[in-house]
Amino acid sequence: MKGEVLGDGVGLVLHADDNVATALQDLEAQDPIDGDTTAVESVPFGHKVALEPIADGDEVVKYGEVIGRASGSIAPGEWVHTHNCESTRGRGDLAEEGVAES
Amino acid sequence: MTFTFTGYRRPDGRIGVRNHVAVLPTSVAVSSIAERIAETAGDGVRATPHQMGTSQPDRAREQTEQVLAGVGKNPNVAAAIVLELGTESIDADAIADEVSKSGIPVETLSVRSVGGTGPAIEQGRETATAFRRDSEDVRREEADASEIVFGVECGGSDATSGIAANPAVGEACDRLIEAGGTACFSETPEFIGAEHILADRCTDEETRERLLNRVDQREAQAELMGVDLRGAQPTPGNQEGGLTTIEEKSLGAIVKGGTTPVEGMVDYAEPLPVGGGLVLMDTPGYDVESVVGKVAGGAQIIAFTTGRGSTTGNPIAPVIKVTGNPRTWDRMASNMDVNASTIVEGDSMSEVGGRVYETMAAVADGRRTAAEHRRLEEFAINELQPNELAAEGIRG
Repeated sequence: MKGEVLGDGVGLVLHADDNVATALQDLEAQDPIDGDTTAVESVPFGHKVALEPIADGDEVVKYGEVIGRASGSIAPGEWVHTHNCESTRGRGDLAEEGVAES
Repeated sequence: MTFTFTGYRRPDGRIGVRNHVAVLPTSVAVSSIAERIAETAGDGVRATPHQMGTSQPDRAREQTEQVLAGVGKNPNVAAAIVLELGTESIDADAIADEVSKSGIPVETLSVRSVGGTGPAIEQGRETATAFRRDSEDVRREEADASEIVFGVECGGSDATSGIAANPAVGEACDRLIEAGGTACFSETPEFIGAEHILADRCTDEETRERLLNRVDQREAQAELMGVDLRGAQPTPGNQEGGLTTIEEKSLGAIVKGGTTPVEGMVDYAEPLPVGGGLVLMDTPGYDVESVVGKVAGGAQIIAFTTGRGSTTGNPIAPVIKVTGNPRTWDRMASNMDVNASTIVEGDSMSEVGGRVYETMAAVADGRRTAAEHRRLEEFAINELQPNELAAEGIRG
């Protein structure tokens, strides 16, 4: 498998530049993720967990590529999903408001 | 590393991996009748029922015609019946003429002309049975991987798709292309956010521009409607599976085509080259329509990756189901052909990709897929929508 497996298979980091890991198990709060980072909440299998602090508006990186922007500040160990990470593409709603995507 | 298989040589020189008689309805009005003919004529006769109406706007109608003719010309088809009610704006004879260019026997059947559904089913059954008998005489011949056109698709994606099933299928694509074959993947909305990677791999400027242009068009359709793509992409199911944004879904999706250069990009249902390397097709993100586009383009075999457990097949091309989700493999093994989830447990990509490639070889040689065993034969034609027709008009 490409990427780096964390711990005894708790998560997978697909690229060295990534600031999220993919959970390879259902994670619960306090589960160790990487180094000093522990899960701060439940993260279901296949979902993403933050590896480092991500500020509001910062890029979320997986596969070494930008997959979206944080829509709030995200702490290490937090679940990263639609509630705190937004796509920047195909945003007809923003085009309507005249807010062009960057 | 190539493989050999025993296939069905067609008059136009291409090789089929199946020897079906196709019953192609020109509209929804005769789709049930087409299915009835296929049922009564027995094994080896396959209908392609669909929902297109008897009259469509010109461009939409042309696309339906292209799909029907392309499916009839797929090398897995030994003979075809084009079925009409008789009120369709599509001309069944024109479809039949186009299909017969591949040299196979084709008949048309008009339900109104023959006196209604009873006589149509009876006559359709007789013709299909006769075609079926004749198809047994088709020359069986040994061929190798270089003659395979392999369509790859993903549906019901989750986070395992991008890390296990898609890269495994990508590895199989790389091997097939090294052996001289063609691999094709599509679903343009699922290039959004990953198009820069594909663009860098295009072998010429024309393909590169075409690719970026098509991605822009798909993205602009969302903007034209003033909607947010996030409502539909990733789908609610994708999101439940851990995919947050279209960019993330796309980055995981494009790896199913492997790592070779992008040699070209064709339109929906347009013919795919034999021995063409990696070629993209501009299709919508709806998986059943997208598979049909590639089958109409001449793909004899499809690989379909699914994390969440899609069961769909196709009437004309065998569909190999590959899952990277261990829970889906456990729960739905009877609908799956290849377990790629062992990558998550530490199997190498070359090992698991090799299993996909070996399955392709076995299926080419006649082994039935899970979807074939269960006669799962989903078929749908993409209908160009008014906003797409309008967008085409704006962009010329």
